[in-house]
Amino acid sequence: MEAVMSKGEVAYYPVGSLADFPLHLGKVVKLGSGGTEIAIFRLDERTLYALENRTGHQKGGPLAEGLVSGEYVYCPLRDCKISLVTGEVQLPDTGQVETFPLCLEGDVVLVGIEQNG
Amino acid sequence: MAGLHDTREKLILIGNGMAGVNAIEQVLKLAPDKYQITVIGKEPHPNYNRIQLSYLLEGSKTFEEIILNDYSWYEQHGITLLTGIKATHIDTESRRVQLSDGTSSDYDKLIIATGSNPFMLPIPGIHKEGIVSFRDLQDCERMTSAAREWKKAAVIGGGLLGLEAAKGLLKLGMEVTVVHLFPDLMERQLDPVASSMLQAELEAQGIRFLLNKKTTAIDGETRVDRLQFEDGSSLETDFLVMAVGILPEATLARDCGIETARGIIVDDFMQTSAPDVYAVGECNQHRGICYGLVAPLFEQGAVLAKHLCGLPVEPYQGTIVSTKLKISGVDVFSAGEFQDAPELDVIRMQDHWKKTYKKVLLRENRIVGCVLFGDMTDSAQLSKWVKVHEPMTQDIHEQLVGSKHIDDADPLSFVAAMPSDEIVCGCNGVTKGMIMHAITNNGLRTVDEIKSSTGASRSCGGCKPMVEQILTLALGDKYEGSHSAVESLCGCTTHSREDVIAAIRDKRLTYVREVMNVMGWQNPEGCTKCRPAINYYIGMVWPDAFQDEKDSRFVNERLHANIQKDGTYSVVPRMYGGVTTPEQLRKIADVADKFEVKMVKVTGGQRLDLLGVKKEDLPRVWEDLGMPSGYAYAKAIRTVKTCVGSTFCRFGTQDSLSMGILLEKKFERLWMPAKFKMAVNGCPRNCAEPAFKDFGIIGNDGGWEIYVGGNGGIKLRAADLLCKVKTDEELIELAGAFIQFYRETGKYGERTSEWVERLGLPAIVSEIVENKARREELMASIERALQGLYDPWGEVVESEELQHRLYEHIQMT
Ligand SMILES: Cc1cc2nc3c(=O)[nH]c(=O)nc-3n(C[C@H](O)[C@H](O)[C@H](O)COP(=O)(O)OP(=O)(O)OC[C@H]3O[C@@H](n4cnc5c(N)ncnc54)[C@H](O)[C@@H]3O)c2cc1C
Repeated sequence: MEAVMSKGEVAYYPVGSLADFPLHLGKVVKLGSGGTEIAIFRLDERTLYALENRTGHQKGGPLAEGLVSGEYVYCPLRDCKISLVTGEVQLPDTGQVETFPLCLEGDVVLVGIEQNG
Repeated sequence: MAGLHDTREKLILIGNGMAGVNAIEQVLKLAPDKYQITVIGKEPHPNYNRIQLSYLLEGSKTFEEIILNDYSWYEQHGITLLTGIKATHIDTESRRVQLSDGTSSDYDKLIIATGSNPFMLPIPGIHKEGIVSFRDLQDCERMTSAAREWKKAAVIGGGLLGLEAAKGLLKLGMEVTVVHLFPDLMERQLDPVASSMLQAELEAQGIRFLLNKKTTAIDGETRVDRLQFEDGSSLETDFLVMAVGILPEATLARDCGIETARGIIVDDFMQTSAPDVYAVGECNQHRGICYGLVAPLFEQGAVLAKHLCGLPVEPYQGTIVSTKLKISGVDVFSAGEFQDAPELDVIRMQDHWKKTYKKVLLRENRIVGCVLFGDMTDSAQLSKWVKVHEPMTQDIHEQLVGSKHIDDADPLSFVAAMPSDEIVCGCNGVTKGMIMHAITNNGLRTVDEIKSSTGASRSCGGCKPMVEQILTLALGDKYEGSHSAVESLCGCTTHSREDVIAAIRDKRLTYVREVMNVMGWQNPEGCTKCRPAINYYIGMVWPDAFQDEKDSRFVNERLHANIQKDGTYSVVPRMYGGVTTPEQLRKIADVADKFEVKMVKVTGGQRLDLLGVKKEDLPRVWEDLGMPSGYAYAKAIRTVKTCVGSTFCRFGTQDSLSMGILLEKKFERLWMPAKFKMAVNGCPRNCAEPAFKDFGIIGNDGGWEIYVGGNGGIKLRAADLLCKVKTDEELIELAGAFIQFYRETGKYGERTSEWVERLGLPAIVSEIVENKARREELMASIERALQGLYDPWGEVVESEELQHRLYEHIQMT
């Protein structure tokens, strides 16, 4: 996997073209085998968010299959509501889902991953 | 297995009532042949639904309709039933029960389920003629015959029972006065506010009340003619119903040395102090509590049955009860704690105009009780929360409080100031003047009348409150209001299900977002409650134009598989009627091996479930299986369970297998308000458990019996008999009409068990059994809906686009 650009500590990797990401649904991107899973949600033509594919709930479970409502996604297993923008789990539940920066270059979707060391 | 050589243990039940027979039913389910069972019942009837005596009294049901287990049920299960016979003594040493007919019976296990007796006030005159209690069929018959002969009735006791008796007598044409010792009606379930609302409502219906009245004597020669009260006043009456409370019937046990207090003392497994003697239902006392409602007895019966069958079982912990008054036009409900107390936090809402009241009580931020009046929207949810002591949250609060605020200002001033030609209903162009005209010139009195005459509020329903205000303006006190406060779809909108469906129909809305937009959703993107519901309603109204919106579906229905807690899926292929073949089994085995399925399990619905399939493997699993989807993940027609029927079984009288397969093939893939399960049995032995299905069919020699609204899930409910039919054609037509009627009138997520109770069985019967034209219309609608349905697995297997969009992930290396 090769980064095409980097900003500070964050390197951006191309994960697909816009056409790979269905509207109002989540798509799973797997980094390496058995590595982190990222869920990418596409809200409209050019608005996408990337979050760790794991609900904020301690019992876990995938997030990508949740129902998208505006800038939130409802976790498919326990119906908790998570902000796509901040990854924050909304009250009454609590928790935090890791978010990843994302940008577009033409039709290519790039996800930023922090480079540790 | 009966007869001389029966070596099975003898189980005797004393008390042929709801608790005892329910326990027996549960035993039979767990171990049909374990016991040789005898039931001893004092009443000369088979077991009936005591709760519904209130309906019997007011004439909305017949005795046949409230029978729970008819004589043939006892026969089929090989139970010896002795009716009209009382158990008079129990010898716990020699394990023998003495009966009122002079005979006796030995037992290995004994269940006492003698219920309660009505408490009769020990006051002078109590033994005069014309005084009855309200407990059994005989009491009911006495009341109906008194109503034919006499004019004035008094009911002592303003609790649930007294009020239902009063309403029944009122309907039978009597003048009814309820005399109550306390200042508040139903003071054991309601707080003073709800109580006074209830009183006002019942007064409006014609019942009179004398509160704070202690009855001290009953006057009359041989028959009651007057009640005397402590304060010196009195009341003339021809007839008296005593409904001041119940006492557990524990005398039989007490006399035989079994430990009793108020009731028969039992442990967490319903065991009394005597070996192998159990007590269940209202006659027992568990952890200090004697119950007076049915909910606990089902839970007690379940524990007892497992215990008797030697199965592992959690101890019974007690039940938090809820109460609902069964008087039409009056909705009151309470659960758990209901009185304010210093240590409780209270959320309280009262709407004097709509005549609704809602109170929720919290202890240390957990929901411990509630009282509802007028609007029952939240009753089910609240009773669940009360049961588990759900912690209060922002979301729950919003749901309870709703988003609308009631202004202090006079609500009528706004409509009063409105010019006559201003449009009230934007959907149908109806002005205030047109509505006023309909009220004053055509004498219309309700929103519904105005709706059908002018069209106002027919479509989106947004103007309904305004129409109500105009009615109030025009009619003043004569406007009776609509007490059936509407239930909104969810917190995103104030529109009800009916509004939404009307808008979808009238404005031809075919997209979820379109509906939310046109109807002005406050949360424009909707939520997990409303979006799947709207999606379903659109498909129901416009089967031809409907395009399933994947993004408004829950994951299971979007992916056509059942998500598991680890994010893998389960796959249940369709096996019509639960019949499979060696080829299918081979294929299933091969698929299980190839895709390293974690488990293959036989489901409760007689199908095979492949568990632990990865999402990206789903399309290939389906392709290899080559079988259609079993819809085990969906709010749709699930399975049709069958027994082998006359094909193999020596008891079978009907070909249940073929009928099950036929029904499953005919109705599969239909989306429903909630999951919908069927079963077809070839004889009344019920091996396929039709009594717990949404639509259960029992074959007998002359044709089929159809049962509806059964549920074997969280809330156990035995199905009600809808009707009997003679031919297969009639059966299929009734199935179609029933399914379609439920599809059209069910709320999204509402199971038939709840739906049947909401609509009432008689309404359903009159719509689909008695009304041929309507039945045919429903059948035509369902045929339309069935057209163009296809197997979703096949669709995915064929479509690379769908596989790519929904099932594949992106792999980075
Ligand atoms: C009019 C009415 C309305 C009600 N409405 C509701 C309601 O809305 N909701 C609710 O939850 N509950 C309601 N109840 C209460 C509910 O009916 C009872 O909780 C339930 O029936 C209790 O069941 P049980 O088996 O313990 O007693 P029962 O159903 O009373 O059964 C006991 C049976 O044992 C028989 N018996 C007694 N002694 C002997 C003996 N020595 N030998 C042989 N047989 C004996 C009795 O005759 C009776 O048939 C209502 C009750 C009435 C009367």
